[in-house]
Parts: sequence; C-alpha cells; structure tokens
Amino acid sequence: MLTDNNPNLMMVLEKNPNFHGETYPVGDYKNNLKSDLFKDAGEPLPFIDKIMFYRDKESIPRWNKFLQGYYDASGIGSDSFDQAVQITGQGEATVTKEMSAKGIRLEEAIATSTYYVGFNMLDPKVGGLTESSRKLRQAISIVVDYEEFISIFANGRGIPAQGPIAPGIFGHKYGKEGVNPIVYNWKNNRPSRKSIETARGLLAEAGYPNGIDIKTNAPLVLYFDVTARGPEDKSKLDWMSKQFQKLNIQLVIRSTDYNRFQDKIRQGNAQIFEWGWNADYPDPENFLFLLHGPQRKVGSDGENAANYDNPEYNVLFEQMKNMKDSSERQEIIDQMLRILRKDSPWIWGYHPKDYALYHEWYTNVKPNKMSHNNLKYHRIDSNMREEKRLHWNKPVLWPLAVFLIVLIVGLIPAIVIYRKKERGAGISNSEKRGEIG
Amino acid sequence: MEQELVIQRNEVRLVNYIIRRMLYAIPILIGVNLITFTLFFVVNTPDDMARMHLGIKRVTPEAILKWKQERGYDKSLIYNSAEKGADKFTNTIFFEKSTSMFVFEFGRADDGRDIAHEIKTRMLPSLAIALPVFILGLVSYITFALIMVFFRATYIDLWGVVLCVAIMSISLLFYVIGGQFLISKLWHLVPISGFSGGLDIGKFLVLPVIIGVFSGSGASARWYRTIFLEEMGKDYVRTARAKGLSESIVLFRHVLGNALIPILTGAVVLIPSLFMGSLILESFFGIPGLGSYTIDAISSQDFAIVRAMVFLGSFFYIIGLILTDISYTLVDPRIRLE
Repeated sequence: MLTDNNPNLMMVLEKNPNFHGETYPVGDYKNNLKSDLFKDAGEPLPFIDKIMFYRDKESIPRWNKFLQGYYDASGIGSDSFDQAVQITGQGEATVTKEMSAKGIRLEEAIATSTYYVGFNMLDPKVGGLTESSRKLRQAISIVVDYEEFISIFANGRGIPAQGPIAPGIFGHKYGKEGVNPIVYNWKNNRPSRKSIETARGLLAEAGYPNGIDIKTNAPLVLYFDVTARGPEDKSKLDWMSKQFQKLNIQLVIRSTDYNRFQDKIRQGNAQIFEWGWNADYPDPENFLFLLHGPQRKVGSDGENAANYDNPEYNVLFEQMKNMKDSSERQEIIDQMLRILRKDSPWIWGYHPKDYALYHEWYTNVKPNKMSHNNLKYHRIDSNMREEKRLHWNKPVLWPLAVFLIVLIVGLIPAIVIYRKKERGAGISNSEKRGEIG
Repeated sequence: MEQELVIQRNEVRLVNYIIRRMLYAIPILIGVNLITFTLFFVVNTPDDMARMHLGIKRVTPEAILKWKQERGYDKSLIYNSAEKGADKFTNTIFFEKSTSMFVFEFGRADDGRDIAHEIKTRMLPSLAIALPVFILGLVSYITFALIMVFFRATYIDLWGVVLCVAIMSISLLFYVIGGQFLISKLWHLVPISGFSGGLDIGKFLVLPVIIGVFSGSGASARWYRTIFLEEMGKDYVRTARAKGLSESIVLFRHVLGNALIPILTGAVVLIPSLFMGSLILESFFGIPGLGSYTIDAISSQDFAIVRAMVFLGSFFYIIGLILTDISYTLVDPRIRLE
C-alpha cells in the first residue's frame, strides 16, 4: 500500500498488514527445479516489506547510483550501453566483465510495441489501393533498412517487424512462417532483405523509373512528417533521407511540434509519417484495429492513422476481433497479414527490446511489459546489499589531504609577499607610474 | 529637532517611492501576463491541452469538451464577440485566468494539484540550495577578489585572473558531471544526488552548493576585482595612504566599504529570485525544487503552472529591483529616492 506519496521526490509502498495472503506460484515446479525463479515456490508472499521509488530526473546520476548499489535495478541509456552490455558472436547480449564482476545481470523483454512509418492512404501519390501505388510503397518498404536502423540508433535493441503484431502476442509467428515475403527472402535459415534492384524494379513498374515520374518527367519528391525534435534526432532523419535516396527519391522532412503533427494526421494532410503503438492488452485485435477502415483518423477520428481502408480486410477484422485464440483465428489473422503485407500501408518498422539490469541481491524478477503487479514476487537480500554498498563505497580521503597540503604550500609565497609589502615603501615605483598615467 | 524632521521627510519619501513603484508594477505584470498568454496559446490550443492531459490514445470530442468546461478553457481566448459590453473582454479565458493571479490565487494545475501548495513545498528545497550558494558565493567571491587586488601585479593576481577566465569559460553542466564523478563516484565522499527533509539533508547539499559556488566564482570574482581596482585609483585611497595607513587597512576598511555599492546592485536584485531555484543543479542533484517546475509544465502543456510561475518570476524580479533601490539609500547617504 502507498504510505508516502510525494511525486516530486519519492513514493513509498509498504507491505499491507491485512493482505489476504497468497503464495509464490508453483507452476511446472518439477521441470523447473533448476530455475532460480522457482526457489521460492509455495512460499507466502510478499517478500519485500518496503519499496521506495525515487524520482531522479537525469540519467547520469541515476546510472552512477545504480552502480554504487543505491538503486536495485536500472534501465540502460544509450550513453552507458557499451559500458554495460556486450554482444556475443552469436548476437546474444550479455553484461560486460565489469558488470558481471559486480554481480549485475541482464534481463531482456521484447516490448509489446511497434514503431512504424505510415503512408497516408488518402494521399494521391503514395496512397490508394491501385497496383502502382502499392508497388511504390513496397519498393520503399524494401529500401528502408531497419536492420541498420536498429544497430545504429537502438544499440541492437529491437527486431525488425514483419507485420503490425508484436512478438509474444497471439498471431505473431516466428521463423520462416512469420516472414513478410514482400520485403524479405528466407535465406540460410533467416530473413534476408530483398535487394535494392528488386525495389528499383518495383519502382519502375509503379511508374517512376529511377525515381523519375514518367507522366511529368519530374523527379519524385515525397514528404516525411515528423514532430519537431532536438539535434540528436537529426541523424535519424538524415538516415531516413538516405534510405529514400537509394531509389533516387527526394525526401523532404516536414518537422512540426506534436500538436501540429496530430492536427495534420487528423486532417489527413501528412504524406509519410512516423508513429508507434504500445499495446493496451495482449490481443492481436489491439494491433490489427490500427488498420481497420471504419476506425480511420480522417472522418471517424479513430486510431487508423494511415487511413487504410480495404473492404476485404475490414470484413476479416470484424470476424476475428471477438474470437477466442484458436487455429481458426490464426488462419484469419494470417489472411489479414497477407493482405496488409501486399498493400504495405506501413513500413513495418521494428519492435523494441527492453534491457534491464539487476543487482545480485534482487531476485525472482522476470520482466514483461504487460502485467504490472509483479512486485509481490520480487525478493531482496538486504544484508548482501548493505555489505556490497559498504564495500563498494568506502570513502577515499587522500584527495582531501592533498588539497589541504597544496593550499598550505600555496600560502607560503603569498605570506612572503605580504610581509614584504607591509615592510616596504607605501607605494612601489610601478604603481606610482600607473597612477600618474 | 531639525535632524528628526529631515529623517521623517526622508521616510515619507521612501514610502511614497515604494508605493509608486508598486503601482508601476501592475501594468508591467499585466503586460508579462498578456505576452505569456499569447505565446502559450499560439503554440497550444485548449484542444491540444485537453488531448495531452486526457492521454494520447483515442480521446473523444466529448471528453475534450468536458475537460475544457471543467477548467474554464471553453471560452474565447481574449475577445468574446458573443457577449455584450464589458463582458466581451471579461468573459474570456485571459481575463478569468489573469485576475486571480493579482491576489496570488494560482488555482489548480491542469492535473488537479494545487499550485500554491506545490510552490510552497518546492520553494524550501530550492532555497536550501540557492541561499547557501548565494551567501557563501558572495563571501568567497569578495574574498578572492580582495586577495587578487591586495597582491595586484604579482603572480597571484595574474594567475588568479587566468583561473577566473578558465572557470567562467566552462559550462555549469561540466562542473556538475565532473564533480559528481570525482567527489561522489571515485572518492565516495558524499551521495551523488538525492534529497531529504530531515537532519541528514547536509550530506545531499554539500556537493551542489560547492559546485554552485565554484561555477559562479570566475565571472563574479573577476568583476569584483575590477570594481575594487577602480576604487583603488580614487583620491580618498591616496589620502588614506598618505596618512600612512597600511595597505591592508586601506583595502579592507576604505576600499571594501565603498566598493560595496556596485556589488550590492548585482546581489540584492537576485535575492527574491533565489526562491525560483536552479534548473540544472536541481535536476542533476534530484532536488525537488522549483527549478524545473516551469519547464516540466511547458512540456506537459500545463498553462496554469506556466502562467503562475512566469507571474511569480516577474513579481520577484520587480521586488528585487525595488529592494536594490532601497538598499542604495541605506549604504550611500548621498542617494535620495525622489
């Protein structure tokens, strides 16, 4: 229960003395005996008496306090990423030697979110369900290289999306079955992005050979609507322009603040835009409705920002939305994904991965992005924490001594000069000259 | 008898002066309020504010209307053409939201929290940093400047000035991060950041205060040195020396006293603004003060807070200027307020 609520400084949760009583889940206990997560199976909950959440606005002090042991868990900012995480030869992320020496461990969870680039389907150039506009969108989807984006801008923390549904949600398929055949080939047991030549071919079929509109003979210029951002995002936008340049398409960045951006989307004035979605509940409906025609932004003020409206998809959506998870539902979802991939109303973007670091004394943690009532399962070994804190943070006093010595030594010549001045003539010759001048 | 009369007359003059200045402040505050209002609503419409506060996902037009009605944002901004007479101006968001400010009624923030209470609770932590920085700063900058002046034209003066220029050339952010790294992370002498309302508050304040004082030392000490040097060239100093007074008495008794007038100008004007806190120090040291209150409010499009804080900021600044004028008359009897 919340016993101290000072949102400017900290919030404190304490064990409720009248808790109705629960025990740690036993689950598939026999098969999981080796897992640390099952050490407490059957024990009465909760394990922690008091949890204090501090408000620390800046990432640098927050990170350093985690390293000193004053915070039990921490996310990883991009500044400290290389210090904390290393990627092994197999592409797996582990903590660095420095971290593992401190007993810090890494847990990762794929967020039930998706970041995408949408095409406004009402736009005369990139929108519509005609064959040529479809091919234009498919060509662009191929050249925007999200593998590169993830490695440059997200420190590898993400997976390229094959469709709107995030991993871990019913309807998402892994491996060959889940691959988007419009953008990827399946090669050597992994998805491999189609070549730029394929994209150029599609672009030519769409009526823009080498980025030139055959009807007007003018170069193809597209507009990318984003929210006004700081200098650190400029490189992301430069990167995006570079992707379009692969097809000789000129991308004009139209940056505004978030209010204006939302206005543009509501009125359907954007052409290509960047947005994201974080699931409210773990069901495919919560992703697929983002492309449901009757829920489009323009006219119905829904969440379908791309204003995608395909009657075939809409019928399947209505059929799927209230079904229980089953093979029939999966089949309908597969069908819907096929339609979506072909129409490409979004560049599917990527699903971010969340990394979190935990100290050795903090156990029973299995991060997930959906349920938030897990604190009762967590366990803290406060003795170990106290010991480590003391061990890691022994005060170093010699710099203070050095500072004092330097100060005293520095004073000696000053005293000498002072004495000379007091004993000598009232005004020195140089000063006399200065005053007359 | 005559002397008493003069003093009385002076007091009446001072009170008149203060009243006049306070009255001048009203149009200034209205102007500041109008500018804040215009700038804020050029960027954000009441609809945007409602959407921001109701959550970014799926906000119905009915919910937006209800939000605006509850908070009085459903009226015209400055001019209400639907009303008659004076109501054209009074039945507007600007009028309704501005008038209460002049009796220091700040109302509730758009998230429902009481602004006056929030300001009161945040002011003390801000002051806990700002006041020691101000006092220790003033004392140490004057001391440092006096040392440089005392040893003028020696290596101490030369290197002192070089040090000042170096200190003032580096950004506060560098001192904050460097100080936290060196003193807290490597030497573990004080906590990196944090705050406490209890007696152990001292350990959290040491580092921000040291950094606050140190970062300001370059510019201030160099400025005070210039002031002192200018005084040193005046006739009364030569007279004092001619009388055979030692250099230290000349400096500490005569020069210091006279140089206080320009120093006071710079210092007194800052006193009321100390309540407003420091953005960088407070966010890096996790101090729940007023420093970032306005910035946070701007990013969450909370007009109620922005308006209150800008009003308070300009109010304190005006008070600071009046205090400076009054303090002149106290330290320099030659100055009279008309």
